[in-house]
Order: sequence, then structure tokens, then C-alpha cells
Amino acid sequence: MTTANQSAGAKYKNSFLKEVEANVEDGQWVKMCMQCGVCAGSCPLGPAWEHSPQKIFMMIRAGKREEVLKSDSMWMCTSCYNCIVRCPRKLPITHIMHGLANYAHRLGLAPQGQPTREIAKLFWDNLVKTGRVNELKFSLAMYFKDGFGQGVKNAMAMQSVGLGLVKAKRLNPMEILGGHSCKDKSGIQKMIAKAREIEDRRKGLA
Amino acid sequence: MNTTSAPATPKHAAYICSGCGIGDTLDVAGLEKVAKTEGKMAVIKTHPFLCNAEGVQMIRDDIANDGVTHVCIAACSRRAKAEAFQFDGIALSRANLREGVIWVVAEGSDHDEVRQEMAEDYVRMGCAEVKKMTAPAGNVKETSSKKILVVGGGMSGMTAALAAADAGYEVVLVEKTGALGGFASNLYKRVPFNGPYAEPQPTGVEEMAAKVSGNGKIKVYLNSTVAETAGAPGRFAVKIAAESGSVTEELCGAVVQATGFTTYPLDKLPELGGGQANVVDQAGLEALAKAANGGAIKRADGKEVKSVVFVQCAGQRGTGGNGSGSHLEYCSGHCCATSIKQAMYFKGQNPDIDTVVMYSDLRVPGMGEDFYRSAQQKGVIFTKAKVTGVKGGDSCQVEFKDLILDEEVSTDADLVVLATGQVPNAGVNLDEWTATVTAAESGDEAAKGKKTELQKISVLNLNYRQGPDMPQFKYGFADSHFICFPYETRRTGIYAAGPTRRPMDMFQATEDAIGAAMKAIQAVENVEKGRAAHPRAWDLSFPKARLEGCTQCKRCTVECPFGAIDEDEKRFPLFNEERCRRCGTCMGACPVRVISFENYSCDTVGMQIKAVNVPDEFEEKPRILILACENDAYPALDMAGVQRMTYSAFVRAIPVRCLGSVNTIWITDALNSGYDGVMMMGCKKGDDYQCHFVKGSEMAYYRMSKIDDTLKQLGLEPERVQTHEIAITDNARVVKLINEYVEQLNEIGPSPMKGFG
Repeated sequence: MTTANQSAGAKYKNSFLKEVEANVEDGQWVKMCMQCGVCAGSCPLGPAWEHSPQKIFMMIRAGKREEVLKSDSMWMCTSCYNCIVRCPRKLPITHIMHGLANYAHRLGLAPQGQPTREIAKLFWDNLVKTGRVNELKFSLAMYFKDGFGQGVKNAMAMQSVGLGLVKAKRLNPMEILGGHSCKDKSGIQKMIAKAREIEDRRKGLA
Repeated sequence: MNTTSAPATPKHAAYICSGCGIGDTLDVAGLEKVAKTEGKMAVIKTHPFLCNAEGVQMIRDDIANDGVTHVCIAACSRRAKAEAFQFDGIALSRANLREGVIWVVAEGSDHDEVRQEMAEDYVRMGCAEVKKMTAPAGNVKETSSKKILVVGGGMSGMTAALAAADAGYEVVLVEKTGALGGFASNLYKRVPFNGPYAEPQPTGVEEMAAKVSGNGKIKVYLNSTVAETAGAPGRFAVKIAAESGSVTEELCGAVVQATGFTTYPLDKLPELGGGQANVVDQAGLEALAKAANGGAIKRADGKEVKSVVFVQCAGQRGTGGNGSGSHLEYCSGHCCATSIKQAMYFKGQNPDIDTVVMYSDLRVPGMGEDFYRSAQQKGVIFTKAKVTGVKGGDSCQVEFKDLILDEEVSTDADLVVLATGQVPNAGVNLDEWTATVTAAESGDEAAKGKKTELQKISVLNLNYRQGPDMPQFKYGFADSHFICFPYETRRTGIYAAGPTRRPMDMFQATEDAIGAAMKAIQAVENVEKGRAAHPRAWDLSFPKARLEGCTQCKRCTVECPFGAIDEDEKRFPLFNEERCRRCGTCMGACPVRVISFENYSCDTVGMQIKAVNVPDEFEEKPRILILACENDAYPALDMAGVQRMTYSAFVRAIPVRCLGSVNTIWITDALNSGYDGVMMMGCKKGDDYQCHFVKGSEMAYYRMSKIDDTLKQLGLEPERVQTHEIAITDNARVVKLINEYVEQLNEIGPSPMKGFG
């Protein structure tokens, strides 16, 4: 794995771009950006991003490894695909944003406490246990992610919605005891472990 | 040399068409009466469909059997049915009753009277005009050469020579250096001309030079320059001086000037590291790449280049580019694609070499976008940046502002390439020449020396009174009618091609050269038939001067936009008809009115002005004369008619060849005859001119700026003469201008001159 290098020598050189090409999903597209800014103008969440996709692509070319990977910008993407539709150079911008976020997460550089990242982590941990999403546990985990007191407050605020779902048979309180799982729980866990192993090997993260 | 074919006894005939609604809207019998009693036409006939075979045959029969020599056609605009109403050797005028009257005067019986008056006036004018005309006989010269002289043996020159030779014309190619190829022969490779536009291509210069040398129709003079060009299209006597001192004379019909460009001097760009170690321009990098010949590109000190930065717009585009802003004002157009190509030299040899292109706007015209994409694919980094400084040396430093990330940064590189601009090789600046010659003639010794220096840099060494080269366009590029007719220059039969005309890349230069060769061929063919070149192509008339009345004021020789008029040994104007484009600017300039064309003269227009029936002041029917340029303003008036817009029936429009041909006598005549106002409509003047004759409309504006005095002498308001710039698309605007002017004149009141005319 290439180490972070922000010395003057690496600026506007190919090192970080090459790292992105090798390790980020669709990263080979980054060099094709022509800096028109249509993605930045098309993003409905544009003002919430610290760096627009256009800037992120330029930062990658400028060798700003730490700044890019530690940024929370690509975590702001809601996958609306406006940028992909409009990009005159046909860059799969949404995919690249998710790829960058994933790569930063795997390197441990992604910003701590970033809400999108938190929810993604909770969702993933919940899912891999049984091969099925346990909605009750997932909701509770969300309520209690900021501490016990806040969790109780959140749960009380959502009480009527929860009871309504129970009455309509959309939520089974018994799921708290472990819940249902897919037919071959250990099989799916092995499959995920293998997939991760392959990906790690490919990205040099093992 | 000039013959006239007009028979001894002229016979005038008027033909009135009653088709297209003319007969339904107008009293044709009344028009016939006007043609007879006032027009004094010997033959008057009306036909319901004059432009059909039967109508045209009727006219032809009268010409053949009845001795008709002068024809006035009262039908549609002179711009319509021109082919049907074309009779060789016959003087022809057109009274515009359709576009000029029935289509533009408001409908309804309320307007019957003014509509009929307008039509009758146009018939009067048509009859008056044709009586003052003779049929143009052309200007055929017996010793006319069709050989094409190409000056410059680079990509443009060789392409032009091959194009002309392939079309069957003899070519003389003069090249200053000892070999063909020009700038292109210094290149390692060129930008691709064909799909997939992905890789640099071999230049093909050697093959092309071999083709030129081996072509039996092309005679190549190497190590030679043009020492003198005398004469005119069809008979240019060209002295070709070899370095050895020998002079050969060639008789040529037309000239293609393909003298290319020089690169902007690198040492003028110290702020971008110009002149320092390991900072080169694009030409310098081509030399390094050529030396490497596909191997690792090495700097002058022998070190292999591992990182390179390209600085775009170096000393170009004024403050929009890189550098101090006090260099070239323009974009040279080719440099972005050239840097892309050169970055590929490095990537092609070793993909690990860091190549950064710093641009503010990447301009890759045509299919260059594919080439750009290909470079990105290869990993060339493109950075939108403003470079603030370059330091050369073993490790070059480039200081710049990243315009996307909005921060001041710097990077290092083994080599920095500056994309500098093209400086045209266009010869002598004629303004400078005129000033120098004037000073030299008054005995200034320094000016005499400077004149000799200027003669040395001249490309064509024309012996024209107006100077030795083509007039220059903006930024010192050789003349070109940039907006409408890019190949046209102000020196008839001499066409500029390639980067001497405007900045361009190799592909554009080859296309340009083919165009210029085609124009040169047109020129020699037109000369052979004694007719004009663009924009009055095929016109057989040409200016004649009654020299016995000439006062030698020299205004015609100075004002001719095409340098067609020299001076003879007695200092009288000497017309070179083949150089003339028939605009009539000389005729407009002449204060004693001795210059005229057979079918266009002070009289043909003057008599039309006087033929109009001007009502007295109590009738409340003002009369406004419109002198409209036939190239743009008159078509705009016609189009207003085609679209059935309505304008005042008080105007009388006369087409003129160019506003430059308007002689002030016409204005004075009109005002003396009791017209209430005069509108002159011509093309846009200035740097972005649209005048087909380049300087004609400008001359007209200049002359009219001085007419206020004349108006004061006559006791008239300055508003009574107006000048407008009209584009061919201004049909709605022209209607608005006319109607507003009629309103304005109503407020001013009738001309006090009425009744004195």
C-alpha cells in the first residue's frame, strides 16, 4: 500500500491518482474528468459538501491524499445519480464517490461519527449476523447510538409509531430475542468472509 | 484597350410586368403613360408574366428584330429573376415594383394614390437610369497568364501548390530557405487529422515535399525571395531573386501568400523562465523529441526527463493567459492540441513520466476533444491553473494558482514547456510604410534608411502605390475579410493562406491553402474573361476616367480599398482594371466626377434622383431618398417586402454598389430637388466590418461626417441626412428606421428647398 505522501514532490504527480486507480471502485475514471463542474452544479446536496466531486477529482490529481480520504464529502452522496446522468465525460461519479468512501473507511481514515458512515456500519453489522436485517434491533441501535439517555428519549418520541407498526403486524416485538435468520446462516457468513478476503487481497489491505 | 459594343443609335424600351399582383394593385396603364411621356421610351410593352419563356422571348425578339439596345424592366427587384432578364450587350435597368412597392405599401384603397405615385416614380427612375447607361463590354487582355505564384514552401504553400497543380494550373513556388517543409519539418510528429484522433502521427512533410518537387507543373525556387511584383492579376511580373544573386522573371496570374509564422521569442518571457535552463518553448521540445526519436527525451544537459510541466497561453491572450499580459493579445489556437501531443511523446515512451498541462481554457477545436480524451486516458494530468512564475534550473519550479482548488501552490519539474504563440510573417505594415515614405520624400534621412529596411522584410514587394504588401488585419496578420469571406483580401488576385492570415494549426492551414488555391484559380479565370472577382463576380464593367477633367487630387488612388489605382508618369491616376473590384469608391471620392462605370455613374444615379416627382410643400407628401448598399441593405429592404412588412410610401430607394461609391453630389442634388431627407444604408464599419469592400462604408461615413457644412450652406437641418449600418438580416429594423424617420421629418417640417429644384 502506498503511504500518505504530501511532500512537495508528490504534488501534481501521478502517485495518488495511481493509488486511486488501483484501489477505488471505478477509480480509473478520475483522470477523465475535464473540470466542467456540471456534477457540482447538479448535486441536490451540493451546498452540504465541503468539496464537490469536481474538486475531489482535482485534489486526487493534485496528490492531496489525506485531505481527500479524510473528507466527509463523498459520504454526503445520496445516490440520486444526477451527476452520472449529466456528466459530459460519462464518469460514473456516484460509484466513484462510494468507492472513495469505502476505501477511506477500509484505511481507517474516514471521519469518525459521520452520520452516513455510522448508519452504514450499524446496517452492515446487523445484516451479517443472520443474513437478514433485524429491523427492531436496527432501529434500537440507531436510537441508542448516542448513549443510553438519548436512546430512551428517542424511543419515547417514536413510541406511537412503534405501537402502530406492532398493531398493524409490521413489527414483531419478539425479534428482540434474536429474530429470524436466513436458511444457511453460517454459509452466508463464510461467503462474506471470503469476499472480503478476495477484496482485501486485491486492494492490498490484507 | 476598352471597346464598347453599343450601336450608334440607341433604342430604349420599357417592359412592364403585371404579374405577381402588380396588375391587380397598380394602374398599369398609368405606368405605361409615364414610361411614354416622361420616360420617353420608344417601345413600351406590358406582359402578364414577363419572366416566363414567352415574356423573355418577347424582349429578345425586340432586341433582335427591332434594334432595342436599352431595356428598363418594371417588375420585381433586380435581385429576383436576374438570370431570366439577362441580355448580352444590352444596357438594363430594373424598376422594383414588386418588393419595392406593392409588397411594402400598406394595403387598402386609402393608400392607392401614394402607392401609384411610388410605382410611377420607380418607372421614371428606371427609364432615366437606363438612358445614361451603356452595356459593359468587359476588359479582356490578350496576354493573360494563368500561372499561380505560391510564396512560401511550408505546409500551406506546398498544399496550395499541389491543389493548383492538380487542378491543371502551372505553379511557381518560391521558398526562402534551402528546403521545402517550413515549420512542419521541425516537428517530431503532428496532431492527427483523422479518426480515431488518439495518437500523434508522422508529419508527412518529406513525402509532400517529394510530391511537390516531382510534380511537372510545379516549378520550385529554393533559397529565393520575391524581389518585385508588378502589374495586376493575369499579368503579375514577378522577379524572383536567388540567394546567389541571380534574378528570374516569371509572369503569373495570381498569388497565394503562404508565408507562415515565427514563434514568439522565448527571451521576451523572463517571468515564465524564458531564457533559463530547462525552460523551452514548444518548438524547443520538438527538437528534443526529434533528437530522442522515440527514446527517452533528454534535456539539453543530457538528463533524462522524468517530469514535465506544460504552461499554456504563455505570453498569449493578454491578461487572460500566462505571463505579464503585455505580449500577444490573441490565442494561437493550435497550442493546446500541440501540448497534448507533446505530453503524449513522454507518455508513449514511459507512462511513469509525470506530465502536467496547466491551462486556463483548454481549446481543442474540431475533433481535438477526442485527442484530449486520449491524453487523459494515458494519464496526462490537466490542471486549470494560472501560472505566476517559472524558475528554470536543474529542478524547475512552477508557481501557480490552482483555479479549481483556489490555492497558490508550486510544483517542480525536470523540464518546463511554454506554449508560446504564432507571430505572422505578413511583411510590411502599410501604415508604417506610408508614414515612412512620406517622411523620406520630404528629405528625412532616417526615414530613407527605414524605407530600405522595410523593403527587406516585405514579402511580395508589390510596386503598388499603396505599398509593397497586403494591408494587415488585426495584430499584424495578413489581410482577410474575416467575418464574411475569409479568403478575400484587399489585393485582388493575391490570397493569404495559413498562419500568416490568422493563427491556426497544421490541418486548418492545409484546408486554408486549398481554399486560397481555388480562389487564385477563380481570379485567373475571371481575368481571362475580363470580368470582376468577388463580390461583383462576373461584372464586366470597370471604372473609366475622363483624365482631361482630372485635377490630380489623388483621392481615388488613396481611397481605393484594393490599391487598384497607381499614378502614371504625369501623376494622373492609372487604373489597373484587373485589380479593381468594381465597388465605385473612386467614383464616390472624385470631387470633379470624372470617374464612372458604363452602367453605374454619377449620372445614372443622379438622373434617377432628378426623375422623381417631388410634390410641393402643401401636398404634405415628403420625399425621402434611400441610397442602399446592394450587398446587405437593399436585400434587407427586399426581404421586408417578401415578409409583407409595410413602410412609408414616401421613400425612393436606389441601390448603390457600396456606400463608398456615394458621391456627395447625389446628396446635394437630392436636397436641391426638394427631397426632405436622405437615408444612407451601408454595412458595418470598423474592426469587425461587414463591408464587402472592407473600407467602402468607412469612407462613406468619413465623407458624410463632413456634410454638415454643406447642409448649413443650404440652410438645412443636419437631420436631413442620415447614415445607418444595416446588416442583411435587418429587415425588421430597416422598416422601423424608415417609419421613424418619416415621423421625425414630419416634425421638422418640409424642406425649404422645394420648388427651387
